[in-house]
Amino acid sequence: MNKQEYTITVYTENQVGLLNRIAIIFSRRKINIDSLNTSPSEVESVHRFTIVINETEDVVRKLCRQIEKQVEVLKAYYNTSDEIVWQEMALYKVSTDEIAEKVKVERLLRQYGARAVVIRHDYTVFETTGHREETEALVRVLEPYGLIEFVRSARVAIIKSSEGFHEKLQQFEYHEPSETVIENEFLNDNEQVFSM
Amino acid sequence: METETIKQQAEAPKPQTTTISGSEAVLQALLGEGVETIFGYPGGAIMPIYDALYDYNDRLNHILVRHEQGAIHAAQGYARTSGRTGVVFATSGPGATNLVTGLADAMIDSTPVVCITGQVFAHLLGTDAFQETDVINITTPVTKWNYQVTDATEIPGVLAKAFYIAGSGRPGPVVIDITKNAQLQMFPCPTYQKCSHIRSYRPKPIVRKEFVEQAAKLINEAERPFVIFGQGVILGNAEKEFIKFIEKSGIPCAWTIMGMSAIPTDHPLATGMLGMHGNYGPNLLTNECDVLIAVGMRFDDRVTGRLDKYAKQAKVVHLDIDPAEIDKNVKAAVPVWGDCKETLPMLTALVEQKCYPQWLQKFKDCQQKEEDKVIKDELHPKTEVLTMGEVIDVLNELTKGEAVIVTDVGQHQMVACRYTHFTKSRSNITSGGLGTMGFALPAAIGAKFGAPDRTVVAIIGDGGFQMTLQELGTIMQFQPNVKIIILNNNFLGMVRQWQQLFHEKRYSFVDITSPDFVQVAKGFSIQGHSIHERDKLRSALETMLNHKSSYLLEVMVGKENNVFPMVPQGRGVAEIVLSKEEV
Repeated sequence: MNKQEYTITVYTENQVGLLNRIAIIFSRRKINIDSLNTSPSEVESVHRFTIVINETEDVVRKLCRQIEKQVEVLKAYYNTSDEIVWQEMALYKVSTDEIAEKVKVERLLRQYGARAVVIRHDYTVFETTGHREETEALVRVLEPYGLIEFVRSARVAIIKSSEGFHEKLQQFEYHEPSETVIENEFLNDNEQVFSM
Repeated sequence: METETIKQQAEAPKPQTTTISGSEAVLQALLGEGVETIFGYPGGAIMPIYDALYDYNDRLNHILVRHEQGAIHAAQGYARTSGRTGVVFATSGPGATNLVTGLADAMIDSTPVVCITGQVFAHLLGTDAFQETDVINITTPVTKWNYQVTDATEIPGVLAKAFYIAGSGRPGPVVIDITKNAQLQMFPCPTYQKCSHIRSYRPKPIVRKEFVEQAAKLINEAERPFVIFGQGVILGNAEKEFIKFIEKSGIPCAWTIMGMSAIPTDHPLATGMLGMHGNYGPNLLTNECDVLIAVGMRFDDRVTGRLDKYAKQAKVVHLDIDPAEIDKNVKAAVPVWGDCKETLPMLTALVEQKCYPQWLQKFKDCQQKEEDKVIKDELHPKTEVLTMGEVIDVLNELTKGEAVIVTDVGQHQMVACRYTHFTKSRSNITSGGLGTMGFALPAAIGAKFGAPDRTVVAIIGDGGFQMTLQELGTIMQFQPNVKIIILNNNFLGMVRQWQQLFHEKRYSFVDITSPDFVQVAKGFSIQGHSIHERDKLRSALETMLNHKSSYLLEVMVGKENNVFPMVPQGRGVAEIVLSKEEV
């Protein structure tokens, strides 16, 4: 099995220490986390982690089971990049003089869909949002013109086939949820073993 | 009238509260959970709880250990014999860090333990205060759940969750770290209520019938089915259900070290122990069965040997309560996720009544081969020096398989587990997953408190005994009747065996000097005796067992005896060897 990029989405309770509990599942196995984002979810009081790693499906499946085993984790999903809609945001600080003097730079910024966030006499901060390749491409182009600072956010992702978590959460609230809520949906279809 | 009704309605939902301190709320919670015994050690940051305990001495039996590691191993022993959750008190800083080995042990062996640790005042957190350590983060990888309480009002709810999580599903250790201010804080405490539901935690799944049906179909079509089982059978209280299943299906079975004692050792379908030093037949024939039914076990590497040579010919049916275990090491053809207390009867109902005389004969033939090549010499040696095996053999006769046997880690552990006869469940207490030397003595203390009516015999090596022998002080003070057998070969025997077999006999730091153990025991007012002669063995063991209180018996055994059979590391289970010549 080949390694590829997987995006893991984890629905959790909002609790101190849970980030560490999830992070050590990766570090214990010496797996590097490429990107990690925590945010609120569509459901109030439920937190959402988005984690990107580069691994084989077998490893990712096992990781998700270990994550879901944590008491405060409601659900963990994993998806390949074509199963999700995802974005990353990047900020670039460049010298305002360079921008003003060199028309080429302005054209580049237009071409990459950048937006000026701050313009000062000494520097300008641009922002782009998109896929990794897009933000990285602009870095490469800006470097010759003296890119002062660059930072990129973690990935945020929406699962294309997901119907959201509202209904599932209701099931979790019951002592005896219905069998229609399939656990461990990251299993293959013929292996959908796990119902709550 | 009307106003009265309104008044009643307004008052009705209010739960009754009494204003007490956080410390007292902790003890109330323990009483609410039916806790009777606590193993612990006081210190600065847990003093308010110990102060409250002063008034609860008549209701809670606190055992003062000599080291916090002893407390948690005792709690583990208690949990393993009693089937209840063990409880530990420890202070902050070193008190809490001393628990870590026991937490790791309880985590990997799925033992329900709740540890309550004191912590510095909340306003001192993160200031490197005296005896402050980041207990939550230190214990995160080795706990099923942990939580820091900084406000007393959280205590009843958090402790209810702690006991629910520790004891349900796949059990495990829980740490609750309570800051000193929360212990001192007075608050209106509601009547204690147990926890029975956490929305993000589902300990017991609804069993999917279609998978039970698929499993039954595979089993019914099998020609050489083989059942292997672990501690899940014991933790699920499913011993009877398990025996019904094997007796109806007629399938031979073998246990992992943790599953041992779940069924009587002499059950006609029992073929012995799996694993590196398990029995010959179960290991060899794992690679000849056509359907392998794994019940409540996790395919540890000491059981499977080399994975790519493990049961490749077999279709695997895996029954487990923890979905993370399914497909983790061995791919299951049919996964049956559920509590085996539920899944086994469902499976029993669907399997055909059968027997496999030829297949069972193969196990018997292997057993005979093992008898001839290994067991005979171990139990009835021709050498002058005693073997570990013959000590166990005589002990079996005297205890009639009814004792709780607590073992440490190493050669004596393997020999004890190989040769002890068990007739009752929850009788084999050992550190299986973590392999914690020093486990046995404190665990035996806890085991006795967990099963006060049973004979508890701790079998320990000369190395492991020296790791936690301070707990003799606990025995001296609290008088649990624990029998201690030290099998002394004057070596760290298991490491020495490996150095002999795999490191050209370069005995690097395995030659361990021991104190006079009988004198040490005497210093703790525990009677003892040391023997090295065969003709004194029986009477020495009788004296030990008949002694009215704790007793230490040291038996000097052969220095360079090895444990066989053995699946050498990195080899397949079918490559099991019976002697050092074959290694």
